[in-house]
Amino acid sequence: MTSIPLIGEAVAVAAEPRLAGAKIGVVTFPGTLDDRDAARAVRLAGATAVPLWHADTELGDVDAVIIPGGFSYGDYLRAGAISRFAPLMTKIIDAANSDAKLPVLGICNGFQILTESHLLPGSMIKNDHLKFICRDQTLRVENANTAWTLDYADGQEIVVPLKNQDGQYIADEKTLDALEAEGRVVFRYVGFNPNGSRRDIAGISNAAGNVVGLMPHPEHAVEVGFGPESLDGIGGSDTDGLGFFTSVLNKIVGGDK
Amino acid sequence: MTTETTKKFNIDTVEHAAKTPDTELPWAELGLKQNEFDEIVKVLGRRPTGAELAMYSVMWSEHCSYKSSKNHLRQFGEKVTEEMKKDMLVGIGENAGVTNLGDGWAVTFKIESHNSPSFVEPYQGAATGIGGIVRDIISMGARPVAVMDPLRFGAIDHPDTARVMHGAVAGIGGYGNCLGLPNIGGEMVFDSVYQGNPLVNALAVGVMRHEDIRLANASGKGNKVVLFGARTGGDGIGGASVLASESFDDTKPSKRPAVQVGDPFAEKVLIECCLELFKGSLVEGIQDLGAAGISCATSELASNGDGGMEVELTSVLLRDPTLTPGEILMSESQERMMAVVTPENIEAFEAVMDKWAVEYSWLGEVTDTGRLIITWEGEVIVDVDPRTVAHDGPVYDRPFARPEWQDSVQANSFTGSVEDAGRPSAPSELAAAVTELVASPNMCSKDWITNQYDRYVGGNTAMAFPDDAGVVRVDEETGLGVALATDANGRYTYLEPYQGAQLALAEAYRNVATSGAVPMAVSDCLNFGSPEDPDVMWQLAEAIRGLSDACMELGIPVTGGNVSLYNQTGTTPIHPSPVVAVLGKLDDVARRTPSGWREDGQAIYLLGTTAAELDGSEWSNLRGHLGGLPPKVDLAAERQLGEILINASRDGMVDAAHDLSEGGLAAALVESSLRYGVGARIALEELLERDGVDLFTALFSESQARAIVSVPRSEEVRFKDMCTARGFAHLRIGVVDAASAKLEINGVDELSLDALREAHEATLPKYFG
Repeated sequence: MTSIPLIGEAVAVAAEPRLAGAKIGVVTFPGTLDDRDAARAVRLAGATAVPLWHADTELGDVDAVIIPGGFSYGDYLRAGAISRFAPLMTKIIDAANSDAKLPVLGICNGFQILTESHLLPGSMIKNDHLKFICRDQTLRVENANTAWTLDYADGQEIVVPLKNQDGQYIADEKTLDALEAEGRVVFRYVGFNPNGSRRDIAGISNAAGNVVGLMPHPEHAVEVGFGPESLDGIGGSDTDGLGFFTSVLNKIVGGDK
Repeated sequence: MTTETTKKFNIDTVEHAAKTPDTELPWAELGLKQNEFDEIVKVLGRRPTGAELAMYSVMWSEHCSYKSSKNHLRQFGEKVTEEMKKDMLVGIGENAGVTNLGDGWAVTFKIESHNSPSFVEPYQGAATGIGGIVRDIISMGARPVAVMDPLRFGAIDHPDTARVMHGAVAGIGGYGNCLGLPNIGGEMVFDSVYQGNPLVNALAVGVMRHEDIRLANASGKGNKVVLFGARTGGDGIGGASVLASESFDDTKPSKRPAVQVGDPFAEKVLIECCLELFKGSLVEGIQDLGAAGISCATSELASNGDGGMEVELTSVLLRDPTLTPGEILMSESQERMMAVVTPENIEAFEAVMDKWAVEYSWLGEVTDTGRLIITWEGEVIVDVDPRTVAHDGPVYDRPFARPEWQDSVQANSFTGSVEDAGRPSAPSELAAAVTELVASPNMCSKDWITNQYDRYVGGNTAMAFPDDAGVVRVDEETGLGVALATDANGRYTYLEPYQGAQLALAEAYRNVATSGAVPMAVSDCLNFGSPEDPDVMWQLAEAIRGLSDACMELGIPVTGGNVSLYNQTGTTPIHPSPVVAVLGKLDDVARRTPSGWREDGQAIYLLGTTAAELDGSEWSNLRGHLGGLPPKVDLAAERQLGEILINASRDGMVDAAHDLSEGGLAAALVESSLRYGVGARIALEELLERDGVDLFTALFSESQARAIVSVPRSEEVRFKDMCTARGFAHLRIGVVDAASAKLEINGVDELSLDALREAHEATLPKYFG
């Protein structure tokens, strides 16, 4: 058998020495699709990606957790509705709510799992146009103080891919008002609301700012040539998503930031 | 025979069959002809049991046995040089061919049809088309890395087209997106000839290390046979023999059983589970279950291996407990795989199944008897030589003849025809014509479709639609990758099948080279009407002859594919539509060439020469004309052009390249401008002078072996020298103009990119919402 990993296989390879000690767990459920991509993003940001399995009963020694996109359990019931009951999710919920405030990022299906887990408020329903949509999406960073957005500036616009079927963020007015008032709307769609989300909300955080969920995919904007094309066609936005991963690493390691 | 099962149906055992030779069997209803049934009786030396009849009927169907095309398809294996075999690790005949990529990497790809099911039930038909081709790729030991889908529908404004289009696109998206495979390209053609017979083809590509290649064979006496994945249900029973082999005809009773129902989540889990099995070397042989289900898997595994297998059919896990043995053997339930496992690996195999929560059941074992024996509660219901089921099916030399109407069709050129009246020539007319062309159903933006597919997942998509080819990175360390393009032109092939098939190959080859990749291998999906019609059979024979000759000339082998016949409604066949997929290799995908220009001031060159070739063109199609002869094929020129494009890409001499095909130079100029929203100034006077054509012809002719490129100023001399040294026609036709937001062509009224984009993008939403 080969010792060289298959394409995109989630392997733990460390890079930058200062950050290499940081370990970021990437959870795989049956039906998870973007786990290898999230692990790649972690590596490109300079840290070590640790594959986590949904059925694990211990979280192990990780400094942060990413719940990647996909269709866990086929999303046949309601996106994320089954996954929230996975043994590992219990541990993640506890760690996120603990004093240590483990940083957790939920992307797409991961965001759906976080709302189903009540780590984040609201929910996602089918896109208003009822179709799957894949596009390069402009977002505005509304809060650059969360664990996952420290390397951005408030009001900064970034372009990352968006791809989902059930991406319409909804919550009752009171919840939405509270999110706005507390600065917990972290990302907003700019120019075009791709799914009918309330108040153009693309991503939110919990009150402490350690748990962030969003529908678009920053892990697909981390490498030149493989990310979204900048809208002016001259290049430059392929790696707009890398800041998510460097943000949390810098927070974990402390230091420069 | 005292168990509950005997209450539901009578078990027709081999013993019983031998004693009751005169029992009437429904062979005709199962799609067999008298001579075929007689042959089965001869092979067995007795009448078949019901279960055996089910197996033979599906395996000897057109869909599984290629009985009408086999005699012709042979040419793909015969017209191959040693040079072409050099990189072929696995050739035609396995689930999919395998090509050497170097550095220990191998790539496998294949294109298949799921046409009839997609007309009956577009969503599930298209979805399970993706599912089936992906399982073929897994069966080779590869990780699937991308899919593509060439689609052909009826007239855009026909009420039924929306039904098929919505369903098929949602099905491809719904299934493919859920598998985590980027959709990197395809085709979309609207033509009323496909109204009752839409073509939904699906391509999948996978990669592996050389040592991981797996083949479908059952070897090693005593090794265990296991069925795993989804349970077996009543969906798709008889689909292979009945649905795919009979044309839709109102006069016959409907024979449209349930189309298979897909569960992409089960398939995704199956992919990961199989890759874990391969990683641990836990399977000796593996076969996916597609058309003809267990009949196909058992007979193929057994006949490719040591030649024997014993299987207990009651061990199959069922969704529907009332299924009869024949139905279980024929069921086309999706997301199932069959594997051969050594006794030592059973425990490890089961651990992988348990980890992924995949159901499995041990059905039997490999023997050395040369017989495939299937029992039902211990009683033998199938006892056959597996080769007679899987490989020795009937082969027909169907009569074929050049249709009587062919000459008159070819004599009816567009130029000078009634439809050609009022050909645009004034600047305003030409501008309107360009706009009309790029807004037309076949030339408009396909965003409405492609935005419903995930092109990012996997993180290795270096290029996707609307560029000429889809490009996927294989090795993250070195950047090694593959490029893929599929093409077909039913109108060209209708006008002249031999040439039409070659034109399909030439275009796919050109598209791959345009991206900067070196073309390496071919897979084809031959979509035709009924082989029992000598006219259609001639089209098929000519297309295969043309394609195989052209592959030889271009030096790239066919490594696999699929034939889809009976695509006709009543006596009216579709246009012959050989869809050709070409796979190429890029040493570093960072060097790929996109189809749009970006840098202000770069020179735009047209490579190749333009003749007055409007017959079969998109323009003539827009005017409702189909006649004459398709553009001339010049494979030597295609090869030269390919080399220029590949070298230019590798040495950084071009920043953008776009092939000229349907819609000619007009379509290419608009597409290259709209790709990144960057305009250009074009002057074609020198071209008109050199090639002796008028401006309209220069813009709309579909002459082959042409491409446009944008060349950085610093590279212009080097680029021109290269073309001159190779003696290939090249002409500077313009310059990239980033500031203007316009496409300016001398002699054509100014075209603003905003207006062009609006026209280009509005068409599909207008019809499909």
